[in-house]
Amino acid sequence: MKRFKAMVMAGVLALTLVLSACGAGGGSGSGGSGGLIKVGVINNPPSESGYREANVKDMESVFSQANGYELKTFYSLKNDEQLQAAQGFITEGVDYLLISAAETTGWDEVLTKAKEAGIKVFLFDRMIDVDQSLYEAAVVSDMAKEGETAVNWLLSQNLGTYNVIHIQGAMGSDAQIGRTGALQAQFDAGKMNMVVQQTATWDEAEAKKIVESVINSGADFNVIYAENDGMAKGAVAALDEAGITHGVNGKVVVMGFDCNRWALRELLAGNWNYDGQCSPFQAQIISDIIQGKTTISSKIIINEEKGFDAATLTQADIDTYGLGE
Amino acid sequence: MKNKKKSFGGLGQLTIPVIALCLLVIFNLVRDMLFIYYFKDPNYVSFFSIELTKNNLDNMVFAGNLISIINGASELAILAMGMTLVTAACGGQDISVGAAAAIAGSVFVKIIKMSPWVNGIVVLFAFVCACIVAMIFGSFNGTLVAIFKIQPMIATLILYTCGRSIAYWINGGATPTVSSPVISAIGSFIPGIPIPTPVLIVIAMAIVFKLLFKFTALELFTQSVGINQSAARLNGINSTFIKLLSFIILGVCVAVSGCIGVSRLGLINHETLLLDIEMDTILAVAIGGNNLGGGKFKISGSILGAYVIQMLTITLYSMKVSSTDVKAYKAIVIILLVVIGSPVVKEKFGKLMSKLLGNRSKTAVKGA
Repeated sequence: MKRFKAMVMAGVLALTLVLSACGAGGGSGSGGSGGLIKVGVINNPPSESGYREANVKDMESVFSQANGYELKTFYSLKNDEQLQAAQGFITEGVDYLLISAAETTGWDEVLTKAKEAGIKVFLFDRMIDVDQSLYEAAVVSDMAKEGETAVNWLLSQNLGTYNVIHIQGAMGSDAQIGRTGALQAQFDAGKMNMVVQQTATWDEAEAKKIVESVINSGADFNVIYAENDGMAKGAVAALDEAGITHGVNGKVVVMGFDCNRWALRELLAGNWNYDGQCSPFQAQIISDIIQGKTTISSKIIINEEKGFDAATLTQADIDTYGLGE
Repeated sequence: MKNKKKSFGGLGQLTIPVIALCLLVIFNLVRDMLFIYYFKDPNYVSFFSIELTKNNLDNMVFAGNLISIINGASELAILAMGMTLVTAACGGQDISVGAAAAIAGSVFVKIIKMSPWVNGIVVLFAFVCACIVAMIFGSFNGTLVAIFKIQPMIATLILYTCGRSIAYWINGGATPTVSSPVISAIGSFIPGIPIPTPVLIVIAMAIVFKLLFKFTALELFTQSVGINQSAARLNGINSTFIKLLSFIILGVCVAVSGCIGVSRLGLINHETLLLDIEMDTILAVAIGGNNLGGGKFKISGSILGAYVIQMLTITLYSMKVSSTDVKAYKAIVIILLVVIGSPVVKEKFGKLMSKLLGNRSKTAVKGA
């Protein structure tokens, strides 16, 4: 009964909001106090990962007051809490709702309400299982493309032979599947030799043990493809202890992913060769769409994935794109 | 009768870990022979080869599978020492050691990062802080077990669940890194010494335990509390204190292994540092022939147990077994070891041996 009452209340509130918005003429989303655009962001908490931390920071810096936005945020790993918060934002009357959902299901009702209330919805980072008419655009990452970018870079190095140690992340995770795919295709095509392919489940110490065992077996290798920065660091530690040179002008090409600041500094110092990134920076793209600076042809926008080469990396890149510290 | 029991293997409690180690050595020897003499693989490097190489910091260091084993098992061996004590005193295990090590490691990194420069004294101070924090968490577990009489596994489940979140609060999300010659000396090699430092730390810890048992009655008290708590109390042993103490000592071990884990790579990942080590630690204690229900114990057995586990892992890695499969193989071997070491099998085996020996002595008498 209580719930029903709350729903009625929410409905009434939403209705009045719509009416008042219509009354104000609805000047292309620039309504609201002091001409600021009200944006409600629903995201996973920054503690989830380095990626999320950067993602949250990016949202907060792009949708700042200086850029003409009034930002409301809600962070949770739980879908039902996120749904409630979305309901709350609709009731409060935001102009735009930005969502990175914890789960892909259960969003139909809320998004329909948002549409009825005239709130435009953007999805970022993660897709939701709803009809495309319920959102303006989805800015998402293509994990497979990230792996392809990295492997294409590796191919462009013209090493002659490719003897690759492939250290995988936790099996079955999106990042692992995307980062493994492109390299696996090279193995299957016989263009690169797989010295060893092991999962270290994102564990640095395990990665070191794997590389150590390859070194001890006397096998020849010239590429280390680690699916995140931590594991690349573990692999490099094993190389260092065995006195094998690596990085720019070294014997072994070292590749990592994630673009942590410390990892990019290793790149800049020439200890590693390549660092790929699943870009956590979607805020600017969404902001441009809101402000009408870009028009979109498709509702699904694939975020451009970055990859950094030690030879071309600059300190400015580290400051802009690096995650964490 | 007592004599007979001892003659089972001749090593008493250490029989199982020693047999396991021998089996692994023989297995690898056979594999070496096969590859060198049968397949005549010219690129094959013996499992046991150790070479002196120059590392990238221009130190001469030992490298090889055996070094990887004793080096890689360091954290496990240190945790196993503390865990043996807890097991003996409380008849239960602490499953929060991995999470607690992540907390200790985070404190270690936090203190070092707060300091504007890094030298030996700062690192030592950070280590002491990590120790204190780990001891506090240890006494938290210990209080729940010793005073509130909660099952150790349930009591430590709390920290097991929330420990890595606490570690996150200390340092924040991304993986903070620390780099300094002092840190790399702890985690890898001290210039001029070709043996990995973690191995030296294990030796030092083992000596500390040996001395502790030699000059105090800790070993005896722990055993008597583990065997019969009431009897121990009636004899004037404060069993609550002994249990608490065992958890605090484990706390120190946790801090040491956490700091080694961080120093190895100069980086802390609160989610993966010493992940799943608690199960390996308990296994090491079990393989070491210690009764998981408390009572008599041998720390040397647990240390050997740790090396057995690591040798198994490295053997499988050197055979290029996929690391996802390694866990399954490990499980098979461990089930075998634990079953062989179980009292039922031991008793049956003992009877069989005495029968055989008895028959032989009879025939010997007849022959004479």
